Amino acid sequence: MNIVGEILILIGSLFLFLGGLGIFRMPDVYNRIQAGTKATTLGFMTLTLGVGINHPSWLLKCIIIILFIAFTNPVSSSVLAKASYRRGVNPREENDNE
Amino acid sequence: MINYIYWFLIIVGALFAVLRIILGPNLEDRIASLDGINIIITAAIVLLAFNFDNSVYLDVALIYAVLAFLETVVISRIIEKNKELK
Repeated sequence: MNIVGEILILIGSLFLFLGGLGIFRMPDVYNRIQAGTKATTLGFMTLTLGVGINHPSWLLKCIIIILFIAFTNPVSSSVLAKASYRRGVNPREENDNE
Repeated sequence: MINYIYWFLIIVGALFAVLRIILGPNLEDRIASLDGINIIITAAIVLLAFNFDNSVYLDVALIYAVLAFLETVVISRIIEKNKELK
């Protein structure tokens, strides 16, 4: 029972919760992509690092998963943002409060 | 005891993303929240490996991450080509 790993897992799950809440609360497609990518990426990396610190024999496999997420997740959100821009979705204007 | 706090936070975050999938106004909103929910599910699989003390779940999480990336890229290319999909 390693206290550093438990605290890292708690911070990671808190950031995953904030990512889901940001997807629900944000008003626009681009804001939703931004909130759903950055917060959940940080939460995933922190949680997996905490699991790897708790079991030191799994640390290499956890670092491989972290590196894969860190390389592929910005690519997928960038492709999604480019596709929704080419479909003609305009960003939300700053003035209309809904 | 603290495992219940981890699972509560992850499940409530995933439920908010599912709620955005249900009442999202456009197709792009649904795909953006699908991209977020895939990462949350991958983190849930890693946390299952921690709870069950079984390292097979880490391989499952790696394969799920590969397939989630492929899924988002392929769906984005499809909706970029067919502009009349709603």
